[in-house]
Amino acid sequence: MGAAEILDERKASIKAGGEAGIKCGSASVSGAVSQRACVYCGARVVLNPITDAFHIVHGPIGCASYTWDIRGSLTSGSGLYRHSFSTDLREEDIVFGGAGKLARALREVAEKKRPKLIFVYSTCIVGVIGDDVEAVCREAEKRHRVRVVPVQSAGFSGTKSHGYRLACEALMRLIRPRQGTAGKEERAGVNILGDFNLAGEMWIIRNYLREIGIPVQAAFTGDSSHDSLIRAPRAALNLVQCAGSMTHLAKMMEAEMGIPYMKVSFFGVEDTTTALRRTAEAAGTERNIALAKAFTDRETRRLCAFSEKYRPRLEGRKAAVYVGGGFKAISLIRQFRAMGMETMVVGTQTGQPEDYEIIGGLVGPGAVVLDDANPAELERFMREKGVDILVGGVKERPLAYKLGIAFCDHNHERKHALAGYEGVVNFTREVHLSMNSPVWECLGRAR
Amino acid sequence: MLDLTPAKLAERSALRVNPCKTCQPVGAMYAALGVHRCLPHSHGSQGCASYHRTLLSRHFKEPAAASTSSFTEGASVFGGGANLKASVRNVFDIYNPDIIAVHTTCLSETIGDDLKAFIQDIDIPEGKLVVHTNTPSYVGSHINGFYNMMTGFISYLAKSAGTPNGKLAVFPGFVNPGDMREIKRILKAFGADFTLFPDTSGVLDAPMTGRYEMYPSGGTTLAEIAGLGDCTATLALGELTSDEPANALKRKHGVPYRLLPLPIGVSFTDRLMIALSKEKKVEVPTELEEERGQLVDVMLDAHFHYSGKKAAVFGDPDTVLGLAGLVLEMGMIPKYLLTGTSGSAFVKLAENLFRRHEVKDCLARESADLFELHQLIKNGKVDILIGTSYGKQIAKAEDIPFVRAGIPVLDRYGHSYFPIVGYRGGLRMLERISDALLDRQDRDAADEDLELVM
Repeated sequence: MGAAEILDERKASIKAGGEAGIKCGSASVSGAVSQRACVYCGARVVLNPITDAFHIVHGPIGCASYTWDIRGSLTSGSGLYRHSFSTDLREEDIVFGGAGKLARALREVAEKKRPKLIFVYSTCIVGVIGDDVEAVCREAEKRHRVRVVPVQSAGFSGTKSHGYRLACEALMRLIRPRQGTAGKEERAGVNILGDFNLAGEMWIIRNYLREIGIPVQAAFTGDSSHDSLIRAPRAALNLVQCAGSMTHLAKMMEAEMGIPYMKVSFFGVEDTTTALRRTAEAAGTERNIALAKAFTDRETRRLCAFSEKYRPRLEGRKAAVYVGGGFKAISLIRQFRAMGMETMVVGTQTGQPEDYEIIGGLVGPGAVVLDDANPAELERFMREKGVDILVGGVKERPLAYKLGIAFCDHNHERKHALAGYEGVVNFTREVHLSMNSPVWECLGRAR
Repeated sequence: MLDLTPAKLAERSALRVNPCKTCQPVGAMYAALGVHRCLPHSHGSQGCASYHRTLLSRHFKEPAAASTSSFTEGASVFGGGANLKASVRNVFDIYNPDIIAVHTTCLSETIGDDLKAFIQDIDIPEGKLVVHTNTPSYVGSHINGFYNMMTGFISYLAKSAGTPNGKLAVFPGFVNPGDMREIKRILKAFGADFTLFPDTSGVLDAPMTGRYEMYPSGGTTLAEIAGLGDCTATLALGELTSDEPANALKRKHGVPYRLLPLPIGVSFTDRLMIALSKEKKVEVPTELEEERGQLVDVMLDAHFHYSGKKAAVFGDPDTVLGLAGLVLEMGMIPKYLLTGTSGSAFVKLAENLFRRHEVKDCLARESADLFELHQLIKNGKVDILIGTSYGKQIAKAEDIPFVRAGIPVLDRYGHSYFPIVGYRGGLRMLERISDALLDRQDRDAADEDLELVM
């Protein structure tokens, strides 16, 4: 590396493929145009898909308005989660404290709407002005007989990953009282952790599990509700799909409830097949294993025929990946490889050392791996490696287009389901459509 | 999803539901992006910058660069001075802007960071600049942030050499780059020598070239901002947005200003024409007269279709007032005018409009939210909803035609390239409102009632 425009502080977070010891999980460098969000954002994105909960943001209006309807999580039940609720703290609340306003907000919600579950998110200044959110929530819980779960998610108190941990702790707080509802021998089926039902992906995964005869107890948190989540202690196994956000919950459930967990990924043919077969082996009988084998074989054959059609338009092209968690990046690298494409640039916002180890082994020595990349670095390496498409989120999309690079959103703004075998079809089509769009023919000057 | 909204209005003292505003810093970021080779800097947690950039990217479909002080636990206890110092060094090292425009956040305000003192203590590289403004998120809205950032630039940079430079300072208000382009076109038609500040055209509507320019060619230049103090007068567009910075420029350098409504619709655009005509001591140019005539022509052609129809308009205060003016000129009734930004001046100006056009039973609300708007609509139907993308759910729930205008529009493409200001912008809005109403009429018509000619 070592070019002038890479900050010295950033050099340890950028490695060539195969190089070990990337620096990750630290706060962004001051002055960076970081693509990362904050602790509150991490907590909110994980809990937001709980459809029948009131998600009340305790703070000035911004944090509520920016996260209003933040991700395309679909619901089969309540639409409550798609509203924005906030205490909209004003100057006088900052001076005199906001706890009274929060208590009134909780009363207004509890008395008028009689909900089962309220989350209260504290934002940056709540801790600074000294509101005792924990006490207000406890009091409201008693008085109004509704679950009120505080999430102390001051933005500055760590990275987005810390927000994931807080969300996991809030979820644990929700299900802990139901711990004794099933003895070990009565437990059956699985919980799905870390799918948020973007574009209906949770439904796809549920369908697969139904196909192989594995019952699903609770889903964290895509298309979930208070009543469905508290069934979680009845499961025999936790499947962790988004490891970055949900491993902490899985570990707590293992320690406190004795429910083991397994990391899986439903992105790409290879990973989806592995996930279903391993699930059947871990949580099912011989029958489930046979069903899983038959189902995944059938789907793999179907997808093979599909991929062959697209292969000539994709083969030999180069990809860049910039996503939230490391596990997703790993799946995407594999998926591109199956499409005949090589991943030349890999970045994540919250990847863990063990993820980077796997990534380093998957990509070639010509590739570059970055933690918490900023736009300047992304631009530089995408150009240097000559990539044809970037997979990323909202802030990366216009950057890619400006550089004349195709784009696929694998984040909140994904247009189609990208999980499972259906997801492979959609992903392949999107990558093809963007890379081979006629718009690229119009670049340059009038001719 | 809005089937939960009850029609019965109830007092809410503590809960904001579905806001019609956001916080100051994003307005400050937008203003700073309208300065050439400027990098906005958010002095707070890194989430703030990320949210603002996301919102701007979702609206403009463009990259929106901004850096952040990335507050940690330590900074929130000991103050963010060290973070700002490191930020300024890093930003100039790696992103090399000409100027960094720092805005504060609720966090840095609450812990009492003194930005002025911090900046004085920083070694700023030769030829580079750092300015700041205070944008506490718990005061006002993004509109306050927008004009506070303008005022920040003015107080740091505007100079007066004592000799007038013959230029007009023009403040466009919180509008899209397409509007800023239109305002510049009008000014050029008058032959005016001017400084438009801020100017996001050429920045947030920069063309696709195959290169990523962190600082595209647009934006008000630093020389132009410095020259504001020698301008002959300021035209401050948007009575609730541009008053403060125009006043700051007047206080500091004695530049007189005219405060005008956003030039939306016929009579508000006329006000701009008259002001320009007086300032430049010339007649209104023929091409603009012609555009006015065209707008009125189409209004007349179609007036019977929308006459008496009821509209709800929501969004930022000056935009809502401007659109209300147009709607009234079209013979429609602006039954609800609603903004989330606080300030009784909005209600007063709205009520003046109601009186001038002699319409009854219209309601203007400030510091309001979209849950309330939805409830109002449930209690008294309207025929069309005009506002930001956040209205789409109400429009769907109540099955009302919906015209997007203002900021943000997150779910449609190309809008920010076109104006709603000026006679041209008026014609565009007229077409869109008219289309929305007539499309609805066609959709609902029985086969035998479907007209080819309307």
